[in-house]
Amino acid sequence: MMKPERPVGLIGYGAYVPRYRIAAREIARIWTDGQGGVPVDAKSVPGPDEDTITLSIEAARNALARAGVTIEQVSAVWVGSESHPYSVKPSGTIVAEALGATPWVSAADFEFACKAGSEALTAAMALVGSGMATYAMAIGADTAQSRPSDALEYTASAGAGALLIGPAEESVATIDATVSYVSDTPDFFRRADRPYPVHGNRFTGEPAYFHQIQSAAQRLMSDLGKTAKDFTYAIFHQPNAKFPQAVAKRLGFSDSQIAPGLLSPQIGNTYSGAAMVGLCATLDVAQPGETIFITTYGSGAGSDAYALTVTEQILERRNRAPLTEAYLKRQVFIDYAVYAKWIGKLVMG
Amino acid sequence: MEIARHWRQRAARYRLQGQRHRETGEVRFPAQPPAIGEDPAVWEAVELSGRGELYSFSVLRQGPDGYEGLVPYPVGMVRLEEGPLVAAQLTDCAEADLAIGQSVEMVTRQLLDTGEDNVLVYGYKFRPVLV
Repeated sequence: MMKPERPVGLIGYGAYVPRYRIAAREIARIWTDGQGGVPVDAKSVPGPDEDTITLSIEAARNALARAGVTIEQVSAVWVGSESHPYSVKPSGTIVAEALGATPWVSAADFEFACKAGSEALTAAMALVGSGMATYAMAIGADTAQSRPSDALEYTASAGAGALLIGPAEESVATIDATVSYVSDTPDFFRRADRPYPVHGNRFTGEPAYFHQIQSAAQRLMSDLGKTAKDFTYAIFHQPNAKFPQAVAKRLGFSDSQIAPGLLSPQIGNTYSGAAMVGLCATLDVAQPGETIFITTYGSGAGSDAYALTVTEQILERRNRAPLTEAYLKRQVFIDYAVYAKWIGKLVMG
Repeated sequence: MEIARHWRQRAARYRLQGQRHRETGEVRFPAQPPAIGEDPAVWEAVELSGRGELYSFSVLRQGPDGYEGLVPYPVGMVRLEEGPLVAAQLTDCAEADLAIGQSVEMVTRQLLDTGEDNVLVYGYKFRPVLV
């Protein structure tokens, strides 16, 4: 396992989910005549003026509001996503500028499918843990793409989670340790200049999601000398409703441990935001002394696992910004036609 | 291509950076050049809170170029809590959600996509307060 020399933790955290939803049944109405099961109830849809950059800005503002630190003290703004609005031009500079962090700040974009945000988190732990910086912002955000009628279209959604990393003694939750497990697994990919990703069929599921998550999670628990029962809550990457529940069960976690952070049935798969928004929702209800186990997953493939311990400071700080529930509640359902227009699926000729 | 024009306004557009008079406390948004003969140092850059009240609003049903896909969309004038009156698009709301005097807050959103070989323009909009 990896631990920084100087203990680190989350000084602030913030979620963002757009207000629009499309019901999975509405997508099924268009493509399967409503027949067959659907992997989630609904998914979030970015509004016509939203993208990964705007999602990141609001999540990061929430994290900063909770942290109560001045922006000049933040030394890095790192954005993990697979839907950066530009192929060349960092999202990080625009987000940093909007936060007022520029110019004396590191800004970068991370890319690792759905775990791009946790790559940024691990890097931020190192930057703070080494003493190079006091605070660093790690963001996971996506407005995920999916081919019309593809299975992914039912789940590929939009959301962002932002975590401000800093010294453990100032944190709402300490990050006690992490591991990272990766392997070359062609389960899901998008070639350069292609609009939609594809699944590598047989690689989805067992050799990809389950193998990477179980490897990372088991290694971290083993290194810490702990089991699933030693944690109050757990969050897993959530590409649909079933996978996180299945992997939790295999690892020995109960339904009640994962309940606060299991959001995919309501909002779909927010990709780089998924585990991070789940963590935010869990921090919204966690009490001092409780422990959180989180394992991310990114296709390609790999998983990062983290063990956190909630501190007293959560009580005073969590209400300084909107709770995740406030974003989940404000749902406005749209039909497939409006969705197709906003997502840019209509060819205007 | 008007990249420079958009870029120049980024502090105001992304995070509502205005000006405050160091002596009188007067707040201006957007920032303005000093008056003739005025010491420019008396105005300091200040970021506004983004909180305010909806002073007036309307709904655009025929948008300008680049906004065809958004219509109908609301626009409003917002009295910021620091004093200035700002005109902006309203987002995350429909006409039925709006009332003069209601509390609104600033969000940073895409203002305009200037084309595949050009920049995305970001800036402030306002929405009814979330909580």
